[in-house]
Amino acid sequence: MLSAATTLVRRDIRLALRQGMDSLMAVVFFILACVLFPLGVGPEPQTLARIASGIICVAALLAALLSLERLFQADYEDGSLEQMALSALPLPAIVLAKVAAHWLTTGLPLIIAAPVLAVMLQLDGHAFAALVAALALATPSLSLIGAVGAALVLGARRGGVLLALLILPLYIPLLIFAVAAIDAAAFGLPVQPHLLLLGGIAAAALVLAPWTAAAALRQALA
Amino acid sequence: MPELVGESIACIRGERQVFDGLTFRLTSGEALVLVGRNGAGKSSLLRILAGLLPPAAGRLCWDGNDIRPDLDSHRARVRFVGHADAVKPALSALENLHTWAVLWGGRHGAEARAREALSRFAIDRLAELPGRWLSAGQRRRLALARLLLAPAPLWLLDEPRTALDVDAAALLDAAVERHRTEGGMVVMALHEGARPPGARTLDVGAARLEAC
Repeated sequence: MLSAATTLVRRDIRLALRQGMDSLMAVVFFILACVLFPLGVGPEPQTLARIASGIICVAALLAALLSLERLFQADYEDGSLEQMALSALPLPAIVLAKVAAHWLTTGLPLIIAAPVLAVMLQLDGHAFAALVAALALATPSLSLIGAVGAALVLGARRGGVLLALLILPLYIPLLIFAVAAIDAAAFGLPVQPHLLLLGGIAAAALVLAPWTAAAALRQALA
Repeated sequence: MPELVGESIACIRGERQVFDGLTFRLTSGEALVLVGRNGAGKSSLLRILAGLLPPAAGRLCWDGNDIRPDLDSHRARVRFVGHADAVKPALSALENLHTWAVLWGGRHGAEARAREALSRFAIDRLAELPGRWLSAGQRRRLALARLLLAPAPLWLLDEPRTALDVDAAALLDAAVERHRTEGGMVVMALHEGARPPGARTLDVGAARLEAC
């Protein structure tokens, strides 16, 4: 079962690298969104430093959302998804494999790009480790929770808009705790409680999201 | 000897009753051809047989046991070729098949099985070619080659000859015949063309089973 799941992860990564646009689009959007803020609110270091954590987290959240619509869509349209459903690999494991590939091609590049953008946004140097840790815990949850939304809107008209309406409210706790962790580090306060909460959300999403998304996929395939 | 039995199967899509009271029995080595007008429910019946779509009424039994309590096991004994070819344009023909070879039969010998399947449908020379460069007929051959990647007793084929030339249709017939000789079962929806020898016909629209 593990070899089948890793084969699916490798296949999705290969497809993402060869087709390129979805993952690249997410990272480019993330960078552009962060670059736009200093142009909008002005270049004062104090102002930017105060809102840097919020800018980075909101931009990361929207960038992840941008690529989620295609998570199952292409496989659904070309018949691959029903072939996967007819394998010995349980559908929740298939969802997990696709989410892992999505995180590796979208979430991980965001984490790598974030410190560079943090420098541009004048984020306090003490908060860099917290920024990376918060994004490392929050981005898997973005992919997992997003997978449920992507499965629910499969086959729907204007699925992208519907997906945003469904998923954005569920992202609010992630946003709150990620920003709180980064700000706490910048002000010299304890970061651990916020990171633990983000970890708790990730653990809950890891357990619940694959089953929920699998149930939605079964409905779409029927 | 494996046996697939459908008892009074009904299908509802949206608000519409597609068919009702379909009863049939299929044993090892047999083939069943589904016929009927457009919209009669041939594809829906194939999806019910695959365990992808629950029947509105009736039950489907494998070896005397209702498939519903363990749908995952039932799905694993099915190879299904639907209208969509499930070919990724960015992957080569071999890479396309390799994924399914691992998924259905494990990593051991997956590439050899994929190459053998390509060879059986005479597309081995296209192994390294990306899916986007394959013609509709070649993509269909690739979809049908999936049937040969790992043994499964039940083949479900939805208009399998679509886009195939005469040679490819002959290769498909040979593969179906060999599968039946090895004890497999085949259910296929067909509009036209030769039917497998000794196959029975189920008129889905009329819910009538005839000897062919």
